Amino acid sequence: MSLLYRAWAIVWKDLLIEARTKQSFNAMVFFAALVLFIFSFALGPDTELLQQVAGGLLWVGIAFTGLLSLSRTYQNEETSGGLEGLRAYPGDPRAIYLGKLLGNIVLLLLVEAVLIPAAGILFQANLWPHALGLAAVSVLGTIGFSLVGTFYSALTVNLRAREVMLPLLLFPALVPVLLGAVNATTLILEGDLMGEAVVWLRVLGAFDIIFFVICIWIFPIALEE
Amino acid sequence: MGPISAVEKFLGILALLSMLVGSYVGLVVVPADAAQGNVQRLMYVHVPAAWLAFLAFFVVFVMSVLYLIQRDERWDRVAASSAEIGVVFTVVTLLLGMMWGKPTWGVFWTWDPRLTTTAILLAIYVGYGALRSFAEDGEKRARWSAIVGVIGFANVPIVYMSVTWWRTLHQPPSSPRSVAPDILWTLMLNLAAFTIVYIYLMVRRIRFARLEGELEKRMAYNA
Repeated sequence: MSLLYRAWAIVWKDLLIEARTKQSFNAMVFFAALVLFIFSFALGPDTELLQQVAGGLLWVGIAFTGLLSLSRTYQNEETSGGLEGLRAYPGDPRAIYLGKLLGNIVLLLLVEAVLIPAAGILFQANLWPHALGLAAVSVLGTIGFSLVGTFYSALTVNLRAREVMLPLLLFPALVPVLLGAVNATTLILEGDLMGEAVVWLRVLGAFDIIFFVICIWIFPIALEE
Repeated sequence: MGPISAVEKFLGILALLSMLVGSYVGLVVVPADAAQGNVQRLMYVHVPAAWLAFLAFFVVFVMSVLYLIQRDERWDRVAASSAEIGVVFTVVTLLLGMMWGKPTWGVFWTWDPRLTTTAILLAIYVGYGALRSFAEDGEKRARWSAIVGVIGFANVPIVYMSVTWWRTLHQPPSSPRSVAPDILWTLMLNLAAFTIVYIYLMVRRIRFARLEGELEKRMAYNA
């Protein structure tokens, strides 16, 4: 079996479990909505202020929600030694990383497909004219977020304090992704008169490529038993 | 192992003497800066501390790569020691920078690219240290932290560039002032002194790391 086929098998398995139980998706959407609500309460009912900081609020919401699903990346495998089982299969262990990565990206993008329109309604911003730009930011940002997140969740899965360790390792590493995504989103929502959003999309793209190479390269070492 | 070696003693005395000389020159011999006054003297410890922090994290990176290639626990001990010293000196750098920033800029903190990057750097290596303290198995701890040591360092230039773009889209960066020869050689003197302190701390910390490893093995054997 080729690497991609093996990765696809993991994606399919996880998405099928998710589609039947909806254990992550429902909790994530609800949690994300709560985060947006809390921001709106904390910053008061000033719609103009909310619109100015909408990009930042949105991505903090996505980061927290994504963290929820990332820490559960290997949960399906945790019971009855499933991860050891996956590891024991012949072939390149990178397939496990690729599969889990794709699964995380798909799940998080689905959540964002609900979250971003919801934010548009809550913050009274008309998102339709910016749909293409926002889609580009969320795809590139989600890939960057999931690349590092899927990697570090494999690293911390056997740790005593993984709930603390995952964000502690993840968030400093994600600074370029958050900066890129927040700035691009804010510029796009403001109409991007100077064409600056492209710069930030390039930052996101560069981050994605660099970390894809690094994570794919090191992953087998992280998974060694 | 065992008692403190002659080399370590010598390094300790050398570190103390070089710090005393560096501080004396920086505080007394060199005249105060015309524009900033005595506050500028903080530079003689701030810049060396920052240099030392970056040097320490670079050593962590090199030792992490070496460990991942050779799997020799000696490299892990050097990396762990250097990371700890790096964290201490990053905190020193930030605190000294704040002491300088308050009278000069009027604020303790500003979202300047270098300041922000240094703070993120601190977060990355505090995470490195936390990972080490939470991992129980020696081999796994070494392997995992080496991975974080590689990824953390590889990320620093990307973080720096993104933070720079973030700030420069809003405000022009402050231009570096030209440095007078007096200031330059005092700075070099203190850089040398701090580097000796780093070497001394490393020798000591690596010896402790070796003892800790020994203790861990014996406890595992007795258990």
